[in-house]
Amino acid sequence: MSTVKLTVNGKAVSAEVEDRTLLVHLLREHLNLTGTHVGCDTSQCGACVVHIDGKAVKSCTVLAGQAAGSSVTTIEGISKGDELHPMQAAFRDNHGLQCGYCTPGMIMSAIDIVNRYGGKLDEDTVRHELEGNICRCTGYHNIVKSVLDAAGRMKVAQAAE
Amino acid sequence: MYETIYHRPSSVDEAAALFAKGSEAKYLSGGHTLIPVMKQRLASPSDVIDLGKIKELIGIDVSVDAVTIKAATTHYDVAMNGPAQKAIPALAHLASLIGDPAVRHRGTIGGSIANNDPAADYPSAVLALGATVKTNKRSISADDFFKGLFTTALADGEIITQVSFPIPAKAGYSKFPHPASRFALTGVFVVKTKSGDVRVAATGASQSGVMRVPAIEAALKANWSAGALDSVKISADGLMSDLHGSSDYRANLIKVMAQRAVTAAG
Repeated sequence: MSTVKLTVNGKAVSAEVEDRTLLVHLLREHLNLTGTHVGCDTSQCGACVVHIDGKAVKSCTVLAGQAAGSSVTTIEGISKGDELHPMQAAFRDNHGLQCGYCTPGMIMSAIDIVNRYGGKLDEDTVRHELEGNICRCTGYHNIVKSVLDAAGRMKVAQAAE
Repeated sequence: MYETIYHRPSSVDEAAALFAKGSEAKYLSGGHTLIPVMKQRLASPSDVIDLGKIKELIGIDVSVDAVTIKAATTHYDVAMNGPAQKAIPALAHLASLIGDPAVRHRGTIGGSIANNDPAADYPSAVLALGATVKTNKRSISADDFFKGLFTTALADGEIITQVSFPIPAKAGYSKFPHPASRFALTGVFVVKTKSGDVRVAATGASQSGVMRVPAIEAALKANWSAGALDSVKISADGLMSDLHGSSDYRANLIKVMAQRAVTAAG
């Protein structure tokens, strides 16, 4: 057992966990942040994507100890109170989800993509960059539409700040 | 996953000392091979020694002659490094094709070549560019480093610290990715060195891991063009054959990927 200290969604947290604990299980089972999902558990589907120090990673393939000292952001940490993050709002407006299982990971990956590309995103790039996130309902069409829509909204939101 | 003890040393020497103390220790870098293998209970290290946060193992240095990548540098950082992109575009391009964006944020060059997966991308660049692998004990040339499937010249407990790639006159990489895993069904890295030598390495194809392809090297040395490979016949002997592709299919892929890589290299 080890004490793992890290920042999650802006709050300092500490948890007593076995060394073999994966980050996703620290989040879901010890911190009760169940928005992050486990899909394939083999680093392929992307349902478990969170940000570590601002970068999208698959939290099923990171030991909790590896995240010690880092700042982790999950799907629960991106809205401002009741105001959805522009990416969440774009997914809602564009019907970017059906069952919703992949959505938390999709949104965390999508925010990372927009952060990296800024305003230079086109459809091909979004499709290519989403290759580590699998959705079995939507056929991706409206997900891609949501990400492109959100890229514009995030630019506007940044300019306003 | 079986129980283990996680360590996070802050130097290479401390990591090596921890390894020596563990009964069956393993080094962890990005963890994108070791953690899945531990989850499947195919590995059960007594101790996991995390090299990923050791400062002396992170960074990229580009000189007139070489691109030197420290071992715990992520694929994302290699793909996005301006000076490295300029010095060896094919190497940065290769890094940008590994896995998916989230995998590239964690996976490292040292982890990739120490593991020497027969379908990993980096071994082809290390071998074709004639890189030098530096460890905490010695320097190993690429020709002596890879020893077959998941096997390298590394001794027990030895740590890769950096990989130094001589800057070539021309280089290109092309891979046919497995549609689900993005590993190379076959990937070929072609190099024309500054002295005019030609080195070509294929990954994902051979049963014994990354390999040089002498027939393609000879043809390209005589005539550096994709068309020069039209009449080259690659033997299917010793190539992998599985549900994703027969050995004949992979033999043809070696040629086709080499042609695309030459075209990309210019």
